[in-house]
Amino acid sequence: MNWLQQNIALVAELTVIHLAITIAAVFLSLLLAVPIGRLAYRWKWVGGPTVAVLAVLYAVPSLPLLIIVPAVTGTPLRSPLNLVMVLTIYGVAVLVRSVVDGFVAVPVSPRTAATAVGYSGWARFWVVELPLAAPIIIAGLRVVLVSTISLVTIGSIIGIRSLGTFFTDGFQRGIVAEVATGVVVTVTLALLLDQLCAVAARRALPWTVPTERRRRSVPQ
Amino acid sequence: MNLLAEAWAWLTDPASWTDGGIPERIAQHLAVTFVVVVIAAVIALPAGIAVGHRRRGGGWVVATSGAARAIPTLGVLTLFALWLGIGLVAPVLALVLLAIPPLIAGAYAGVAAIDHSIPEAARAIGMSEAQIVGRVEVPLAARTIVGGLRSATLQVIATATLAAYISDTGLGRYIIGGLKSRDYAEMIGGSVLVVALALILDAAFALALRLRIFRTTTSARHHERTAL
Repeated sequence: MNWLQQNIALVAELTVIHLAITIAAVFLSLLLAVPIGRLAYRWKWVGGPTVAVLAVLYAVPSLPLLIIVPAVTGTPLRSPLNLVMVLTIYGVAVLVRSVVDGFVAVPVSPRTAATAVGYSGWARFWVVELPLAAPIIIAGLRVVLVSTISLVTIGSIIGIRSLGTFFTDGFQRGIVAEVATGVVVTVTLALLLDQLCAVAARRALPWTVPTERRRRSVPQ
Repeated sequence: MNLLAEAWAWLTDPASWTDGGIPERIAQHLAVTFVVVVIAAVIALPAGIAVGHRRRGGGWVVATSGAARAIPTLGVLTLFALWLGIGLVAPVLALVLLAIPPLIAGAYAGVAAIDHSIPEAARAIGMSEAQIVGRVEVPLAARTIVGGLRSATLQVIATATLAAYISDTGLGRYIIGGLKSRDYAEMIGGSVLVVALALILDAAFALALRLRIFRTTTSARHHERTAL
């Protein structure tokens, strides 16, 4: 507790950095995964190989990827941008699948009804299909959010500052309280943002609830 | 791109492949991964199968394994290293702990996805609970359980790389050592080796899953996608 009191400013600073890297990566993942997933859903010949390639990417361990990506792109090793790119790769790998599943789950009737009342393909996508696919996409997004927050800490091994810095610094200086603080703050941050995401989704997408109820009532 | 050429030179340098070099590191990495996955599976699989068989407490299992994703691996590794000292015990213990939640969740999902009527039919023809688990549920869930072992193995390969930060084991040492001595060729070469090892094991699991013993009901196959 003493260590925390003396270093509260540092905890706050690293939390902000940690959050910034997380949000950048998760936002980019979503931005890339929705169009990729939509195309993979639309054209099966794109979808199969895309999902397969992403599954392979997801199997790649994170620390080696943090070393290989800057070697290929020329980004400085210790740049937070390097970390954002790597985390985006994992985020896209998970999210594309959720996006495909989300669009698969959109029933045919609202789609045809939207066409019948005069929606063009583009408008129908934004007004009907995306909102109906959103609950499943957001379920994937929450998985990405939580694992990204935990993965950001790996960057500290190569010197990218985040809450993970408490692990490397605490380990080198032998301060258990510092490492423990890092673990507690990281986990709290992940669970907090996850809940925030869940509450926001429930508010913004009230039609999530029937889907959940339907899933529960499916005989297993 | 020059860095990649240097890494290739390091990888193909016979000196990297001598005693105590790459082959030994690969063997260490595989040994640690194997030991961790086996210990974790011995603990997690029976637990997950039991919860799935009872069909109760599943929500709790899924929630816990979801929350476990939030635990930073590096934090657990360094914490264990500070408590238990430098050596193999700390990383192995930490890796086992981190591998257990997804394994339990996978085994649970596989068994719970089996249609109710199947174990009930087995019960009706006079099978004991142990027989139902052993002869009906585990074979039907085998695909999902092996799928869970696959993701656990990949996770452990990745975390075993991080373990090099706290102990001199496995391929991760090339990355950590290379960072300290600014030897980028060694770092990138080591990274490529870890990635290759992970992808080869992943492919081996993919091939194994094509074996006919992993026949499964369609409902189980469907649930496996959503669960993992």
